[in-house]
Amino acid sequence: MAAVTSRGQRFGRPVAILAILAVTLIFLSPILWIGATAFKPRAVATSVPPTVFFEPEVTPFVKLLTKRVQLKQPVAPEVYEAAPWWEKLVYDGGERVLKVGDEPQLSQYPNRFLNSLIVSIVSTVLAVSMGTITAYGFSRFKIKGEQDLLFFILSTRMLPPVVVAIPMFLMYRQFDLTDSHVGLIILYTAFNLSFSVWLMKGFIDEIPKEYEEAALVDGYTRMQAFFKIVLPEAATGIAATAVFCFITAWNEYAFALIMTNRRAQTAPPFIPSQIGSGLPEWTVIAAGTVLFLLPVAIFTFLLRNHLLRGVTFGAIRK
Amino acid sequence: MAEIELRHIQKYFGAVHVIRDVNLTIRDREFVVLLGPSGCGKTTTLRAIAGLEEISSGEILIDGKPVQNLHASERDIAFVFQLYALYPHLSVFENIAFPLKATGMAKAEVDRSVMAIADALAIHHLLSLRPSALSGGDMQRVAIGRALVRRPKALLLDEPIGALDAKLREDMRVELKRLHLENGSTSIYVTHDQVEAMSLADRIVVMHDGILQQVGTPSEVYLRPANLFVAQFIGSPVMNIAEASITSSGGKVAVELDGESFAMPHDLVGMLVEKNADRISLGVRPEGVLLSHEEKAGYRPVEAHIIQPYGPFDIVDLRVGSQTLRARTHTGFVEKAGERVWARIDPAQAHFFDTASGNSLEIRLSE
Repeated sequence: MAAVTSRGQRFGRPVAILAILAVTLIFLSPILWIGATAFKPRAVATSVPPTVFFEPEVTPFVKLLTKRVQLKQPVAPEVYEAAPWWEKLVYDGGERVLKVGDEPQLSQYPNRFLNSLIVSIVSTVLAVSMGTITAYGFSRFKIKGEQDLLFFILSTRMLPPVVVAIPMFLMYRQFDLTDSHVGLIILYTAFNLSFSVWLMKGFIDEIPKEYEEAALVDGYTRMQAFFKIVLPEAATGIAATAVFCFITAWNEYAFALIMTNRRAQTAPPFIPSQIGSGLPEWTVIAAGTVLFLLPVAIFTFLLRNHLLRGVTFGAIRK
Repeated sequence: MAEIELRHIQKYFGAVHVIRDVNLTIRDREFVVLLGPSGCGKTTTLRAIAGLEEISSGEILIDGKPVQNLHASERDIAFVFQLYALYPHLSVFENIAFPLKATGMAKAEVDRSVMAIADALAIHHLLSLRPSALSGGDMQRVAIGRALVRRPKALLLDEPIGALDAKLREDMRVELKRLHLENGSTSIYVTHDQVEAMSLADRIVVMHDGILQQVGTPSEVYLRPANLFVAQFIGSPVMNIAEASITSSGGKVAVELDGESFAMPHDLVGMLVEKNADRISLGVRPEGVLLSHEEKAGYRPVEAHIIQPYGPFDIVDLRVGSQTLRARTHTGFVEKAGERVWARIDPAQAHFFDTASGNSLEIRLSE
């Protein structure tokens, strides 16, 4: 036995590690590239051949967050000296920050980012909570036509969403829901709900019903048993479902592009819209992309233990 | 503590009739065991009493009050599940405190009650642990503690030690008996294990196909089984049962099994005439088959063909015609298979059943 495993370990382990490294590098290379671009000087960003080593700067982030115009003439030295560090970076690029009084004007990016957060968080909370309650009902009670209903719920995901984009747009216009947070929240909640119901049903099915029955005979109502026993037991499933719903809503592009243009526009359609006409500011776009990646990364990182358990959930429980 | 009464309980699962007209009264402080093979309706009956299962018709009374329309939480009954059902996200202490918190009890009082029950069950050292860290026996102790802590009207146990290994099961059986003697809680216990039933019960309720077959003390169901089902379900090894005919010639009465006849007392004929059964079956437990090495009056020669040593006794299979008669002997009585011995059926331990209905003819003979 020992001989066999040691041989496997001597050759297998390093090979496996190398393979994992290679695959990881391939998958992460676009993120590395966009991350690097976000810190490059403007001239270096598009140089051919690509520059790998450069002096990083935060100018793209300052530009991303502020409203700027081209300088018509060089700025006076005393004005330059009096300016804070971030404004100097803008002056260095031949631009100036627009101000109202003394307050610098923010670009549209923070607002779009906030829209993304509002729409994604609210729709995730709605989809997961409604999905959990629905899944509980399907899991614990005898429902007439249960299989058909579950199939019906799943069938809402059986065609590419873009197919219904135009009818949805017309309906939304009718109900005055275009370019509104509520409109996008309803859309993403509806979109995620079927997924949430199915995923949560799998998790709740795994929770033995004896736990609730014990709570019922111990003097709790079914509602109390649901909140005190089922929800804590389903925490892993809820976390996994929430991450998936959040990512879907956060990344959604097509509907956000069609349904919103200003007030409720989210980050995904906004970021490419900056390419606009003329010479695109690739570093600024990259900076916007990097900031956009952060919430999902943080959210997933916070829930990583639940996610890992969620993936192996069915395997480790009896 | 309370008296529980079941009146004409019926339960259907779809078209399946799982409880058929069950009538039963469980007296205050009594320990009743529902015993039967799986699928006999015993667990459904227990769950119906707890309120976890709705009954199709009938009445369930606790202390004279109908409860069949009350929620489980309003019946003040505790339930111990086979797989413990301890809440995995709560510590042992919180698990035991859980039912008390439902009553809105003050925290100090909760602490005191949990400590008291932990003392009684000797689980003090486990209170801070999570259920996943416990052994099967400890989990069941905690589950019992959670059931007893709020002093419910009755304690219902659904195969509570069925998932434990044999040794632990024996320990827990003794512990359950001790707890019942100390607490005197009205208890209903479901099991398919006759040893558990015999050793724990004040009264055993034998169920089969949703019907109560017999209700009686352990010795009643063992010594006077009401029908063929009870006779064969209780007792290990199983009672010998065979169709038999009674012959009477020259003043000698005998029971004939597959052509071989065993002497019986005279009274049997008169008793049988009274019962007027077309066909009868004879039942005799292995200890009712008496063996001898020498020829004796009333004994007839038979061949031993299988010997199973159990330790304190042997079980010997005897060939009677084409059938087998199983006898219990002291260890080493029959030395090897093929040996010829003399056998007799003890009339005092013989049971007679109506073959058609399966019911006992209630014939009790003396030596």
